[in-house]
Amino acid sequence: MPGLEIVSRSSLLTWMAFVPLIGAAAIIALPRASRGAHRWVALTTAAVPLLLAIQLFLTFDRATPGIQFSTQAEWIKSFNIQYFVGVDGISVTMVLLTALLSFLCIIASWGIEKATKGYFALFLLLETGMLGVFISLDFFLFYVFWEVMLLPMYFLIGIWGGPRREYAAIKFFLYTLFGSVLMLLALIALYFNVKDPVTGGHTFNMLAMMNQANHSAWLLNSGVRHILFLGLFVGFAIKVPIFPFHTWLPDAHVEAPTAVSVILAGVLLKMGTYGIFRVCYPMLPDAARWFSVPLAILGAINIVYGACVAMAQTDMKKLVAYSSVSHMGYVCLGMAVFNEAGFTGAMMQMFNHGCITAMLFLMVGVIYDRTHHREISGFGGLMMKMPRYSSLFSLALFAALGLPGLSGFVGEALVFVGAFRVYQTVTIISGLGIIIGAAYVLWMLQRVFLGPLNPKYEKLPDISLREMLSAVPIAVIVVLLGVYPPPIIDMIKVSLVNLLRHIPA
Amino acid sequence: MLEIGLRHYLTLAALLLSAGVFTVISRRNAVVILMGVELILNAAALSFVAFSRYVTTGIVGQLVAVFVVVVAAAEAAVALAIVLAIFRNFQTVHVNQVDRLRK
Amino acid sequence: MDPIISTALVILLLPLLSFVVLFFFGERLPRRGDWVGVGALGVCLLLALVIFGHFWGRHDPTYRIEQGWTWLSIDRLHIDAGILIDGMTAVMLVVVTLVSFLVHVFSTSYMHGDRRYSRYFAFLGWFTFSMLGIVLSNSLFFLYVFWELVGLASYLLIGFWFHKPSAAAANKKAFLTNRVGDFGFWLGILFFFTAVGSFRYLDLFTGVASGMLAGKTLTIAGVLLFMGCVGKSAQVPLHVWLPDAMEGPTPVSALIHAATMVAAGVYMTARLFPLFSPTALLVIAYVGAITAFFAATIALVATDIKKGLAYSTISQLGYMVMAVGVGGVVSGMFHLTTHAAFKALLFLGSGSVIHAVHTQEMPEMGGLRRKLPITFITFTLGTLAIAGVPPFAGFFSKDAILGDALAFAMEKPQHFLPFVLALLAAALTAFYMFRMVYLTFAGKPRDQHKYEHAHEGSWAITGPLIVLAMLSVCAGWGGWFGRFVAKPGPVVIDHAAHSMGAMGGMHGMSGMGGTSGMGGMHEMPASPSPAPALATDATSGAPTSAAPATGSEHAGHEGHTMMGEAAPAAGAATADAAEHAAHAAHIRHTAHRRAMLLSLLVAGTGILLSTLTYLRRSISSAGAQAALPRVYQLLNRKYYFDEFYGVVVGRGLFLWNAALAAFDKHVIDGLVNGAGYATRGISWLFGMYDRYFVDGLVNGTGELIRQFGSLARQAQTGRIQTYFLGVISGLVLLIILYKAVLMP
Repeated sequence: MPGLEIVSRSSLLTWMAFVPLIGAAAIIALPRASRGAHRWVALTTAAVPLLLAIQLFLTFDRATPGIQFSTQAEWIKSFNIQYFVGVDGISVTMVLLTALLSFLCIIASWGIEKATKGYFALFLLLETGMLGVFISLDFFLFYVFWEVMLLPMYFLIGIWGGPRREYAAIKFFLYTLFGSVLMLLALIALYFNVKDPVTGGHTFNMLAMMNQANHSAWLLNSGVRHILFLGLFVGFAIKVPIFPFHTWLPDAHVEAPTAVSVILAGVLLKMGTYGIFRVCYPMLPDAARWFSVPLAILGAINIVYGACVAMAQTDMKKLVAYSSVSHMGYVCLGMAVFNEAGFTGAMMQMFNHGCITAMLFLMVGVIYDRTHHREISGFGGLMMKMPRYSSLFSLALFAALGLPGLSGFVGEALVFVGAFRVYQTVTIISGLGIIIGAAYVLWMLQRVFLGPLNPKYEKLPDISLREMLSAVPIAVIVVLLGVYPPPIIDMIKVSLVNLLRHIPA
Repeated sequence: MLEIGLRHYLTLAALLLSAGVFTVISRRNAVVILMGVELILNAAALSFVAFSRYVTTGIVGQLVAVFVVVVAAAEAAVALAIVLAIFRNFQTVHVNQVDRLRK
Repeated sequence: MDPIISTALVILLLPLLSFVVLFFFGERLPRRGDWVGVGALGVCLLLALVIFGHFWGRHDPTYRIEQGWTWLSIDRLHIDAGILIDGMTAVMLVVVTLVSFLVHVFSTSYMHGDRRYSRYFAFLGWFTFSMLGIVLSNSLFFLYVFWELVGLASYLLIGFWFHKPSAAAANKKAFLTNRVGDFGFWLGILFFFTAVGSFRYLDLFTGVASGMLAGKTLTIAGVLLFMGCVGKSAQVPLHVWLPDAMEGPTPVSALIHAATMVAAGVYMTARLFPLFSPTALLVIAYVGAITAFFAATIALVATDIKKGLAYSTISQLGYMVMAVGVGGVVSGMFHLTTHAAFKALLFLGSGSVIHAVHTQEMPEMGGLRRKLPITFITFTLGTLAIAGVPPFAGFFSKDAILGDALAFAMEKPQHFLPFVLALLAAALTAFYMFRMVYLTFAGKPRDQHKYEHAHEGSWAITGPLIVLAMLSVCAGWGGWFGRFVAKPGPVVIDHAAHSMGAMGGMHGMSGMGGTSGMGGMHEMPASPSPAPALATDATSGAPTSAAPATGSEHAGHEGHTMMGEAAPAAGAATADAAEHAAHAAHIRHTAHRRAMLLSLLVAGTGILLSTLTYLRRSISSAGAQAALPRVYQLLNRKYYFDEFYGVVVGRGLFLWNAALAAFDKHVIDGLVNGAGYATRGISWLFGMYDRYFVDGLVNGTGELIRQFGSLARQAQTGRIQTYFLGVISGLVLLIILYKAVLMP
């Protein structure tokens, strides 16, 4: 994909990514017992990327598909590995999402009592890893951040998780590692077959990799490209997760502490689809086109299958986890259609699902903190006792079922609009997700919030101010973007249209 | 009449040396071992004097012998002090029983 | 911005404002904020009347104002939000704001003292906002958006008393059933958008007229669109939610589930009439007719006053839908309007009764006319209207529909069924409505205790009843409706008439004028139709169609019924077409005369039978039940629809999901875990090999060295004497060596 140029330079992204790391170091330096200090340091350090993200949102140039806010420096000279970061329309929304959710998750983690020092330090390390993945433009750097993020996640689930935390953490780790290996192989293959346009040597520079003029003859062989694509695709698909690689997700989500579930569902899943947009599509566009029909079918399976399985769950968190499978299906379907509506819809759905599912997990966490269980059938009539909580949760649930006026609808609608032109049957089948999605949401609403109040919960306090603080900002975004999506759409569309132009028909 | 010559001196020195070595090797009492060492030293001193008288001119050998006597005195003083210290700590001067480092 | 557009925007946004204020601050306001909702709606009503007056003065059903704003634009994809106001919109605005205002007023008394009083008014505001959005929007996309939002409002209000398990189940059922319809609706929208590339109504009309979507696809797309109407307007087979929706407070039933929201489906089909192919219209006609008849039969045996009214609503909606299906857009919309008045009246009347006696079961009422005189009189007026007794409003609109249906049947005799079913439904309607009046108000009180405590409500209860009763009496007079709505004729692309739009204006006989400029405002009076107006029939793929009306046909039709003002006549048609048109006009003329007589006859029969059964008691209803036990059982169980869905959808879906979940847990995750176990097994084998073979070698070497070391260790005694012995021995050895070897 020629034509992706660096249009502006800035150290903003570097600060954004590494301030949390400094914060993590500071927390490690603090004494073990000063829990308050851990929390406040974490909150302050997480606020920095958020503020920078706001600046990014305000100053991002929406008219160019080029790389903005980039920094480029030598890192490991002998392998021509660079520290090369920057954002374009594809990554910028993910950076915003990560900064926002990380900050809110720190607020949501206020109640953590077990080993706060380790928890918050790992959390900040995780933030660095996630931001790093989204801003890296050097494939090696990308891979490093990709793995950096894995480690804290493993410990966060494995130490602060629920009863089956070890199982879930190991499953998550192995699954992801399996994907990473495939990615690593493809990465090395690309490295040796892409020529640096300046020096003529090998390169990890993604922009160079995107330009097929730099590809070696071997790499231009379509069989090779298909295999490479599949390797990268499986690596990313595990993260999405695309059926049948999804079973780590319910376990990890259910066992992880609330804030980590939020990050898992809100940000980590997006890394899969982001990787496909960032790596697979621009570097191997012809292979992407070759794989579009299977991808669309996988998307449809994700949508319908995820929704059906979600409906059969009795645990709230599991239900939300499977709803994520279903919603990420829309992203896959949108990615498979290769038109502006589908791509924008997919990207939009990534951002919106990040917000909505984060809110859902936060809400489940609130009730879990109070009652220490999540059985849907164990509640009832909560609307009576906790009206504010119920309203917020309902808002998130309605956003999840794609109610117009809330942001979930925008992405879904665009995906449908884009997909219907291309794969009519697949889209019609996916449309069933509209019905089933409504079914499990309403079923849960009815059993948890409506009906007579379960007498056990006569004294349940309503949502607290701190819990509100973590959820209300997302609610505001969900409503605003649902009513008027251009603030986000305008950021992403130019890059996506540019990407689309470079994918052969 | 047999004239006392170099050979006799050297033989005596050898006997003294042998006695000293045997004492050092075979005895376990630290004080006795020290005495053996003195014997060895004196054997050496005797050889020096003998060689000086019969082989070279000058008194270098005698000087060395005097030096050996002085050093031996000093050595004996230090060594006895160590033995005393050992005795204080272990209530014995038997070297086989002073083997804490080995254990 | 055109003042009409800005007025419409104010009308749209005021209820939203009321919602926001009441939702967040309602409890802190004096009187818990009900005045905010009532006030906002009062202003809306006045403004709507201003727009209504404007269109009244215009006297032109083809006059339209449109304005759009870009909502989303991605490369070549544009989705615009826009407002379209024409006569139909103007009427709907008044209908919605009027009923909503009256329901607000009614509710201040009816809901007095409720725990979530201000929340209730907030939701009413939300509903009104969404409903106005449906009415005002100019594109399918935003129609769908607001379509879903009224669904939400309906969900919230049906479940307003959510602590009742029945209410909690009913609102879920309503939303889900609607979603099934919306699934089709959304797919239909996608069909049209994909073919035409725009969501805007006028672009779609032009696109369909120019054959961008034709033949079977057009029919499928049309039927899918209609599925939205089936869901929202509770047509068979998705009607099951509406009776359950009566769990909501009665004023809500009046507003949402009788007068406005459920009519949105009819409004949609009427608004999008040019998008339906003749086959699709046939489907619509049959579905409507079947619904009309079928729901009326269930209403015969209802004992719950609200459920009875609900089935009556379904039946009447079926009427309207059928009207659109047979081509009677005007009569359908007219019936929608009058029905809104009298059905809201009937529901509010039943609310007044329920308020007074605290029961919904008619067997526990009786004789209430003395206790609730105003309610009795107004309710009876509403009943007369719905039964189709002249000169009440329902007579005119129902008669128009029957006329259209009969004309349809006369033109295509194989499709006589809709008319027959509609006629039967008319008889049944008259019967069950009078039964309701008799059971409730006439005779002797059957529950003395409840009767004693009954009393008429305050002015907030009776006021709206009186206003609606007046409307039920006179809304049909004077043929005013023709000023506002005319049947959209075939759409023709006329490149010459308007140069400003890219796609050109559209002119059927009704002058669907409009250009497709983005964000522009269009004010387009009807212009004379160009000659080839009729030729487009073929492009919409319908050789047998009589649906697209011609100019003179239309004029004849309207002229005969109650619309004195025929739309401005179309331009000259070809001679053939003119002849055809004249023939069609003749058919219509005859049809309407016959239909009027027939409808009077059946209504009279229905009323007579009802009076004999429930007032005079000369026919025993129990006897009828006993004589036809099977039929009674079938009706009483509502044709077993709920049971069927309970088994097939409820149980089936549950099993299917459980099966999938088990598949996920055991097969997919089983594979993953199996892979894990297999890996562990192989690892164990490798581990054994490693431990005993590879490690054996390594450990063996180590062991060897260790053994050797422990041997050598023996030499290290730590005793100086041993070492000294060694040194001396070595020395001796060296000397011997020296002597023996080097110096032999």
